[in-house]
Amino acid sequence: MDTLTLILYVAFAPLLGGLLAGVDRRITARMQGRFGPPILQPFYDVVKLFNKENLVVRRSQTVYIIFFLAFMVFTGGIFYAGEDLLLVIFSLMLANTFLVLAAYKGSSPYSAIGAERELLQIMAYEPMVLFYVVGIYMASKTFYIETIATTQHPMLIRFLPGIFLGFLYVLTIKLRKSPFDLSTSHHGHQEIVKGITTEFTGPSLGLIEITHWYENVLLLGMVSLFFAPNLWMGAGVALAIYLLEIFIDNACARARWQFTVFSSWVVAAVLGFGNILALTLFG
Amino acid sequence: MTVPAGNTPALATGMDRWHFIHPATDREGNKLESILFLILCPLIAALALSLIRRNSIRRLVVNISAAVLITASLWLLRNHYAVSIQLYQVDTGWIRLWMQFIELGITGYLITMSVRYKKWSIIPLVLAQAGISLWFEVTQGHHLEGGSALFIDRLSLIMAMIIGIIGSLIAVYSLGYMEGYHAQKKNVADRRRSFFFVIFVFLSAMFGIVFSNDLLWFYFFWEITTVCSFFLIAYHGKQEAVDNAFLALGLNLIGGLAMLLGIVILFLRQGIFEWDQLLIQNKLLMMTPVILLSIAGIVKSAQLPFSSWLLGAMVAPTPVSALLHSSTMVKAGVYLLVKLAPLFTGTYAGLLVALIGGFTFVMTSIIAISQRDSKKVLAYSTIANLGLVVMCAGIGTYESVWAAVLLILFHATAKCLLFLCVGSIAHTIDSRDIEDMEGLIMAMPKTAGLMLSGIAGMFLAPFGMLISKWAVLVALIDANPILSFLLIYGSAATLFFWVKWMGKLVSVNRRRENIEDGIDWTIWTPLFVMGFLTIAVCLFFPYVSHRMIEPYVISIYGMTATMSMGNIIIMIIMMGLVFIFPFGLLGSRVVLKTQKPVGPYLGGANIPGSRTFLGSDGTVHEVSFQNYYLEKYFGEQLLLYPSIFIALGLLIVLMIGAGI
Repeated sequence: MDTLTLILYVAFAPLLGGLLAGVDRRITARMQGRFGPPILQPFYDVVKLFNKENLVVRRSQTVYIIFFLAFMVFTGGIFYAGEDLLLVIFSLMLANTFLVLAAYKGSSPYSAIGAERELLQIMAYEPMVLFYVVGIYMASKTFYIETIATTQHPMLIRFLPGIFLGFLYVLTIKLRKSPFDLSTSHHGHQEIVKGITTEFTGPSLGLIEITHWYENVLLLGMVSLFFAPNLWMGAGVALAIYLLEIFIDNACARARWQFTVFSSWVVAAVLGFGNILALTLFG
Repeated sequence: MTVPAGNTPALATGMDRWHFIHPATDREGNKLESILFLILCPLIAALALSLIRRNSIRRLVVNISAAVLITASLWLLRNHYAVSIQLYQVDTGWIRLWMQFIELGITGYLITMSVRYKKWSIIPLVLAQAGISLWFEVTQGHHLEGGSALFIDRLSLIMAMIIGIIGSLIAVYSLGYMEGYHAQKKNVADRRRSFFFVIFVFLSAMFGIVFSNDLLWFYFFWEITTVCSFFLIAYHGKQEAVDNAFLALGLNLIGGLAMLLGIVILFLRQGIFEWDQLLIQNKLLMMTPVILLSIAGIVKSAQLPFSSWLLGAMVAPTPVSALLHSSTMVKAGVYLLVKLAPLFTGTYAGLLVALIGGFTFVMTSIIAISQRDSKKVLAYSTIANLGLVVMCAGIGTYESVWAAVLLILFHATAKCLLFLCVGSIAHTIDSRDIEDMEGLIMAMPKTAGLMLSGIAGMFLAPFGMLISKWAVLVALIDANPILSFLLIYGSAATLFFWVKWMGKLVSVNRRRENIEDGIDWTIWTPLFVMGFLTIAVCLFFPYVSHRMIEPYVISIYGMTATMSMGNIIIMIIMMGLVFIFPFGLLGSRVVLKTQKPVGPYLGGANIPGSRTFLGSDGTVHEVSFQNYYLEKYFGEQLLLYPSIFIALGLLIVLMIGAGI
């Protein structure tokens, strides 16, 4: 177990995630011909949210959000501590379930639709994420992230090009970017903008923001694992990919759920499973 | 915090491997009595219950029998958990005679019923079985003696715990449930005497199945469970119930016939009629009987293409669904396949069985998305999870067998809890529709809480079924990564239908009064004990695995899979966090005092205190929202029949293999 990266993650992931969000907003604004907010704007927003009144529909909905945050930190924690990759995926699923249940608890039609759409999104990306784990295991012969990251072996992406591309496809869903931002979006022109977070304001919305920062840093870590043992290169590529996602976000209109689910499944089957097939047959 | 993850190759997979031969721990001394007691005690209770008319005495007898059975099961566990396998010789001559008599009686009963309901296609199946069985007994009976008819090993012990503890609890639950059932359904004939007689006969037969070493005994008890299932599905008496009962009977008779043929062929070719002999044979010489036996297992565990009988069986009273159609009888099917697993390893038959199981898992999980009827969802999920066990058995490696036994154990507890909760809810709100379960967290907080733990137990980390699926995935990757395809897509669908059901339970649209006060203690007790057990098997999973399941796998393969200490620690931390959650909910009123409750956003002007709002044109609209069922894409009509045909194709290929 790597205690240092664990502590670094828990302490500084929100900082990095918040900065990324700030850069995201600035670049997005430039793409749309606006000047955009300061880079630190996401932090100002969250501080402001925490000073607002906490309006809720059901009192317990905030508890779900607190557990969403707790399990997200826990998930990222096991990842950066270098533990079992499968456990990371399962723990991530648990964290996301808390967010979906929080939206159901919100008990309005909008948050209910958001919850259903979030479930569709999870169903869309889940196969590819699991193929990612299977592929990493087949290429590195272990589930332990620390071993994957530190053992000297040829860069994993050389064995996993299909899985890498497939993972990028579903990463768009996970990062909540268009065209796959069905359940909640930061683009004002969608038919339902905030869906899953409709019934959250003030401090609980602030917690949701922080959780997303943790989640994004975890996801970028998962991307950089493809370049193990050269993790610095992996981190660079992950950041470049984040920029690419911002571009895709601004270039695409929201897709229907049918396209989101079935295209992700097809991509997972062709690129993800195809890669695994190749590894089984020729590896 | 102590395990240096990944430093040793043994830790590298997350599921460690241990290579050692288990020391011979077989204790001398005959514990045959406790096995015989478990088979005979429910039988005596059944006979007593068939005579009792007074409800109060029936309650007494059922409760006492349940207490005795649970105690006897635990006693067996205490004495036998260290015994890897023990065979018992029984003087079989006269028992065989009795069995033949009972089989003839059953044949008579089934033919009478078939004639009465004009189900002519059943008769040739019944006659074929009776004929073959009788012919075999008359011509070969004298060769079939002197063996060890009964046995016990750790797998049968685990099965016995499921039957003894869960089965007894369901029997107690049935008391309260059936009282309410007949109070609500005045038009249904009150046949509770027969009902409880059959339930206890069934328990006896299940113990018989898991303790039989003699294959003909195994077959005898197997057929009894089929007949019990037939009677209980038809209990309501309406046409649909009768039709579904005959469907279940017909398909299971086909399975029984396959089993009987398998046993006959095995004896005529190899001279074997016992499990312990069968399992040490050269697997390549055994393929025909093994495939025939596995067809029986596939039918009993309701795999595609035979799944429709289990879906139809949901017309039975809910405790029956919990007992026969999720926790025990269908588990006999996968028990048979798991026992055959070492003969499947690396064979085409094994691969095909694994494909049938995996295909069943993915298709039934996807169809479950489209189901609104809560019992149908549970039925589909049961078929799906049994599919996973079948897949593991077909692969037949030590990792997959470890995963299979975990699945059997965790599924039996969590699914039983879910069925019992649904039964209780359906009684109280008079609907099985998931859409009607909105707000139950307020209307029936205790039941909904148990239900939520049961659902969490079915698919979420760190609970049982997730641990098992994890084990299955690791086993698949190591044995045949291509098969992981089926598991991975099925799991994605599983998550969807469970979470939206949970969402229905927790969302609250209007003020709800508590309506769960009138529920009888015979219903509450099993519910809470099952809730406790669902959590307890997860908490004590490392212990149960280490003391029971791993030694079982070692006794067959000489090595086993297990979960590494580091992962166990992380799981325990997760479990601790999850346990704080309900307290968080209870404490939210106190701790989060600054929260201000307001109405939900309805896209218009809320009308305070009501379920309506003003739209933009000044009209009043009612608020309602439904879960997604997406029938256009995942519907039963669309997917079930194509799935049956594909599975039938796989089955035919499997059977052609049997012919060669």
